[in-house]
Amino acid sequence: MLKIDNLHARVAGKEILKGLSLETRAGEVHAIMGPNGAGKSTLGNVLAGRPGYEVTAGTVTFDGKDLLEMEPEARAAAGVFLAFQYPVEIPGVNNTYFLRAALNAQRKARGDTELDSMQFLKLVRGKVKEMGMTPELLNRAVNEGFSGGEKKRNEVFQMALLEPRLAILDETDSGLDIDALKQVAEGVNGLRSPERSFLVITHYQRLLDYIVPDFVHVLADGKIVESGDAQLARDLEAHGYAWVRERTPTEAHA
Amino acid sequence: MNAALTPFVESMRVAAETRLPGSGLAWLDAARNAALQAFVQRGLPDTHNELWKYTTLRALSQRSFSVGNANAADLTVPQTLLPQIAADAARVVLVNGVFRTDLSILDKLPTGVELQPLSRVLRERPEPLRFLLGVHGDEDDGFTLLNRALAADGLILRVAAGAKVAAPLHIVHVGSPGESETAWHLRSLIELGEGSSLDIVEHHVGEAGIGHLANLVCEVNLRDRARLGWTVVQTAGSGTSLLRRSDCRLGEDAVLDFHALELGGKLARHELRVDLAGARSRFRSRGAFVLHDRQHADTEVLVTHRGRDTVSDSLWRGVADGRARGVAHGRILVLPGADGADGGFYNKNLLLSPDAEIDTRPALEIYADEVKANHGATVGQLDENVLFYLCSRGIPRELARRMLVRAFCAVTLDGVEPALLREYCESLLSAQLPETSA
Repeated sequence: MLKIDNLHARVAGKEILKGLSLETRAGEVHAIMGPNGAGKSTLGNVLAGRPGYEVTAGTVTFDGKDLLEMEPEARAAAGVFLAFQYPVEIPGVNNTYFLRAALNAQRKARGDTELDSMQFLKLVRGKVKEMGMTPELLNRAVNEGFSGGEKKRNEVFQMALLEPRLAILDETDSGLDIDALKQVAEGVNGLRSPERSFLVITHYQRLLDYIVPDFVHVLADGKIVESGDAQLARDLEAHGYAWVRERTPTEAHA
Repeated sequence: MNAALTPFVESMRVAAETRLPGSGLAWLDAARNAALQAFVQRGLPDTHNELWKYTTLRALSQRSFSVGNANAADLTVPQTLLPQIAADAARVVLVNGVFRTDLSILDKLPTGVELQPLSRVLRERPEPLRFLLGVHGDEDDGFTLLNRALAADGLILRVAAGAKVAAPLHIVHVGSPGESETAWHLRSLIELGEGSSLDIVEHHVGEAGIGHLANLVCEVNLRDRARLGWTVVQTAGSGTSLLRRSDCRLGEDAVLDFHALELGGKLARHELRVDLAGARSRFRSRGAFVLHDRQHADTEVLVTHRGRDTVSDSLWRGVADGRARGVAHGRILVLPGADGADGGFYNKNLLLSPDAEIDTRPALEIYADEVKANHGATVGQLDENVLFYLCSRGIPRELARRMLVRAFCAVTLDGVEPALLREYCESLLSAQLPETSA
């Protein structure tokens, strides 16, 4: 589904990704772990197409198409979703209006018919119930005045509504207490399906107790230095990131 | 001063030779003539005038306009230019400055409301208008003087004391294609009796590309405890120059609740002067301009706190794209004796293009004690992080921009009633920015 090959990327003139390669298939959950500054969030932003992230080498294909050539909105329509580390507040933009505009824009880009307001309301109310959100969410402005936990839950809610094929969770666990973390993980687990692939970016193993990955990759200094199964995350928790560096001496000179 | 030499001034001198309603009344002829002489001497306002600092009339001064529009009484107006803004709204329509009985709906005029075109009052019973049309003063600029010299029509609107009018009065100014570039000057009076209440919607519409000049001067007098809700929806044609000046005086406990949505015209300026003369009188204004291409809009909100415990609260938004230029000037003057006054002017602006410009100038002048006065002004750009957030959800960048502009201005529509009018304003806002601008 997603194939990243030898990806190099710069932010503000500084090279952050230095030859990252990764492949995910439908139905798989991949966790990307790594110390601060390793390039985890850069990866998520490059995949979603955030301006200011310059790809200097390498390729990224999504279902065989060149993802890097596509505008952010086209990536979304193709099925890529980034759950933001810091979801923005958008005063004055009503959630229902925003969600309908997003869903219909994606449907239009895919050649599907757009939903009218009645059809959309029925759909969105169903999702609110399913995800255990408060219905008043729909009347509020996007993320305005939300707590950190509410914002992260809202990201997962948007994901449930937009039904992406590749969901990238950028440190969705950061700033969450244990209850909020569980709620977010439950939401994500409910969305796991054979057609959908997840890239779970996190600093801590804690989230992976609740969203159990099929694969764990360790990102250090801009590339993946070790891959394994869920056990790797637990080993990392026990030994720390320094342990990986010791095991991969080619990276140690950096 | 060589103002007399410009084509604009010359064309206005020629215009003054035509016979106007009320011509032949000695006092009116004298006042018109004096105003014309003062105009010829003074010319159009220039940028040395504080209130015209950012609005240059150099291009306008080189143009000439024909006076009035001989066939304005017969021009057909497309229904799309006359939207319904409330279920029971009475409607007054002026086409190219000419009052049109056939397009107006006056049988719905509520009891207690008296509405007549100025032209008719001047023919039938001009004497009571002496105070309105008499000698000009120091506060008059070139356009006000021109208006005094050349106003051929306008609306004389009076509400009886105690009358509470529920349905809004819809006043539509239509700019319609004529044989040449036409100028018209309207002089209006709105007078609300003690304890009365009225809502008006002043609507400017027009077809694209017409280079008309409309010069509107309006006097508003709110007696004690009167309340006026006044919403301006300005979607004049893209070639129109629209110059408005409104002088409002509020008695004790009177309330002026003003909204403006300025979207159209090539040059649109409104000088809104509010004199909070009576104790505890209150002025609230909410307004926005959204400009593109080479549009120019200038809003001057000049508030004078004269009475004790008077309140003014103004909140304006400006958006400029393309090579547009916007001006927002808010001045709060608190006179000696206006103790307990509470004034605020807040203005935020968005520039959507590197070639757009917005000048915002809040100013406070305070000569009283125990006064609260605040102002704030910012000019910024759309937040790229927010744009990216919307795009990452599949929303095309162009739509995302429009959503954010609408959101930015939405606060100024708070309190616009009825719901039909509010929805109409929201749809205008959403449609304002052209799809093609990047």
